[in-house]
Amino acid sequence: MNSSSPAIEIEQLVREFRKGPRAVDGIDLAVSPGEIYGFLGPNGAGKSTTVLMLTTLLPPTSGRARVGGYDILRQGSQVRASIGAALQEAALDAILTGREHLMLQATLQGMPKADRTRRAQELLERVGLTEAADRRVGGYSGGMKRRLDLALALVHGPRILFLDEPTTGLDLQSRSALWEEVARLAKEEGMTVFLTTQYLEEADALADRVGIIDHGKIVAEGTPTQLKEEIGSPTVEVVPADAGAGDALAQRLASFGQLARNGRGAVTVQLPGGESQLAEVVRVLDQAHLKVASLQLHQPSLDDVFLAKTGRKLEGAGEDQDERQP
Amino acid sequence: MSASPSAVALAPPHLFEQVGAVARRSVMRTVRQRGLLVFPLLFPLILFAINGSALGAATKIRGFPPVSYRDFALAVPFIQGALFVAVSTGTDLARDIESGFFDRLALTPLRGSALLAGQLGGSVVVACVQSVVYLAVGVASGVGIASGFGGALVLLVLSILIAFGFAGLGALLALRFGTGEAVQGFFPLLFVTVFLSSSSLPRNLIQISWFHEVATYNPVSYLIEGIRSLIITGWDAQALALGFGFALLLCVLTLGFAGTAMKNRLVRT
Repeated sequence: MNSSSPAIEIEQLVREFRKGPRAVDGIDLAVSPGEIYGFLGPNGAGKSTTVLMLTTLLPPTSGRARVGGYDILRQGSQVRASIGAALQEAALDAILTGREHLMLQATLQGMPKADRTRRAQELLERVGLTEAADRRVGGYSGGMKRRLDLALALVHGPRILFLDEPTTGLDLQSRSALWEEVARLAKEEGMTVFLTTQYLEEADALADRVGIIDHGKIVAEGTPTQLKEEIGSPTVEVVPADAGAGDALAQRLASFGQLARNGRGAVTVQLPGGESQLAEVVRVLDQAHLKVASLQLHQPSLDDVFLAKTGRKLEGAGEDQDERQP
Repeated sequence: MSASPSAVALAPPHLFEQVGAVARRSVMRTVRQRGLLVFPLLFPLILFAINGSALGAATKIRGFPPVSYRDFALAVPFIQGALFVAVSTGTDLARDIESGFFDRLALTPLRGSALLAGQLGGSVVVACVQSVVYLAVGVASGVGIASGFGGALVLLVLSILIAFGFAGLGALLALRFGTGEAVQGFFPLLFVTVFLSSSSLPRNLIQISWFHEVATYNPVSYLIEGIRSLIITGWDAQALALGFGFALLLCVLTLGFAGTAMKNRLVRT
C-alpha cells in the first residue's frame, strides 16, 4: 500500500443472512491512512457485521474491500497481519492474568521469544495496567478489560486498528481514558482507526470523519462539523406534563419542521428558522393550553443529523440482535 | 502511511510453538480451576469404592473371574475419567467460542489444527494425571495388576488414548454447537453408555438379553475390557487388540470430524 492509497476501501459491500434482511446493504467508503473513522449507528444497523467482514472473520455476500492494501477475500492472512481488532465486548480469559494474555498473543503472532516479555511490559505500561498485570482478568473492572483488549490488539504493531464499540458499558472516566489512547495512536503513531459506536459524543470527540449507518446503508458521511452544518438548524425538545398529550403536542409542532417522537410523550422538532422560533413554539403551546414539563433547545448534534437522515432519534432506534447469527 | 513505530515484521510461528502455547493455556486453566481437577478425580473413585464393596457378592456368580470385585471394577474409573475430560475439553472450547476469545485467536496466524491439537494436548495432560491417580489408588487399595509393571504402563497408554478420543468428541460437540450447554447436555448420554456396557458384569454373565445385546454392540465394553484384561487376566491379546482398536477408531473418528468442524467454525477469508 502506498501512502496516498486508502487504508480501508470498500465498494458495494453486502452481507445477507439467511432468513433475514441484508445486514450490510451495498456500502461504499474509504478511510485515509492515519484517519479516525467513526462508524455510527444504532444496534443492529450493520456496524459489527461490517467490522467482521473487514477483519476477515465473515465472508461478504458480494462487493469488494481492501484493508491495508490487501483484498479481504483473496489476501486474508496479509489483512490479519496488518490489523489489530478489539471486537464487541472484551474477549478475554477470566482465568489468565493480563500479562499471560499478552504473552499468549505475542507467541501466536509469531513474535520472537526474546521480544515477548519486553513488548508485554511496554503495552501494560501504555494502557496503565502495570500494577494489575499479574492479577487474573476475572477480577478486572470493565475499563481495565477494555484497556487490556486494546493492548492485545496492538501486540504485533498493526497499521490499522478496528474498535467495535470499545466504550460500551464503561464509566465516563474509563471512556475518556480510552479516547485519549485512541487519539494518541492516530496522532503520534499514524495508526488508522475504524471505530464503531452508538455514542454520538464518542464519534464527535474522536472521529475525523463519521459515517452514519442505518439498516445496512450509509445515510450520511462527512466530518462531524460538516454533518452538523448540513443540518444547520437547532431542535427543541418538548416534554408534556401529561404523557398522554404527546399526539396533540406533535400535531401542534408539526408545522415547524421535521419532528420525532420520544418516550413519555416527548416530541423533538427542528426549527429551520433558528432559535428565534422558540418564542413562537411557546406561543403555540400556550394557545393550545398544553402544559409542558420541560422544554429544551439543542444546538445541532450528530443525533440531529441521524434524525434528519432517518426520521428517528439514534437513542433507542435499533434493536438488540447478534449481527453474526445466520 | 507510516507504520507504527513499534511495528515488528513477524513470521508466522512454528506449528509446534502454536500447539504448545494453546496447550499451556489449557493446562493452566484446568490447574487454576481446582473443581475441574478434583471432581473428575473424586467422583469415579467414590463410585469405585462404593461398587467395590457393595457388589462384592457378584464374584460368587458362577463364571465370574476368580478375582475380587474391586480388581474387576478398577477399569471403570478410567473410562469415567475420560468422559469428564470430554466434557471439560468441550466446555472450555465452547466458552471460548461464546466469549469471542475464539475470534481473537482467529485473528492471529494460529492454524485450526494447532488450536485443536493444543486444546487436546492440555486435556491429555489432565488425563495422564487422572490415570496415574486411579491406578495408584487401585493398587493402594489392594488391587493387583496381573500383567505386572509393564502392563500398568500399557494400561496408562490405553487409558490416555481413550481419554484423547473422548476429548476429541468434546471438541467436536463444542465446535459443532458452539455452546457449553450443548456439550454438558451430552454428558448424561455418554454416562449411560458406560452403564450399558460390561462395566458391572462380564458380558457372558449378563442374563437380560437386550442388555447383553447392547453391551455386545457398545464399543465402551471393549475399551473397559481392554483395560480390565491387564488388571485381572494378564496379557490377553484379543482384549488388548479390541481395546486399542476401538480406542484408535474413536480417536480417528472424533478427531477427523472435529477437524472438519474446526474448519467450518474457523471461517477466515
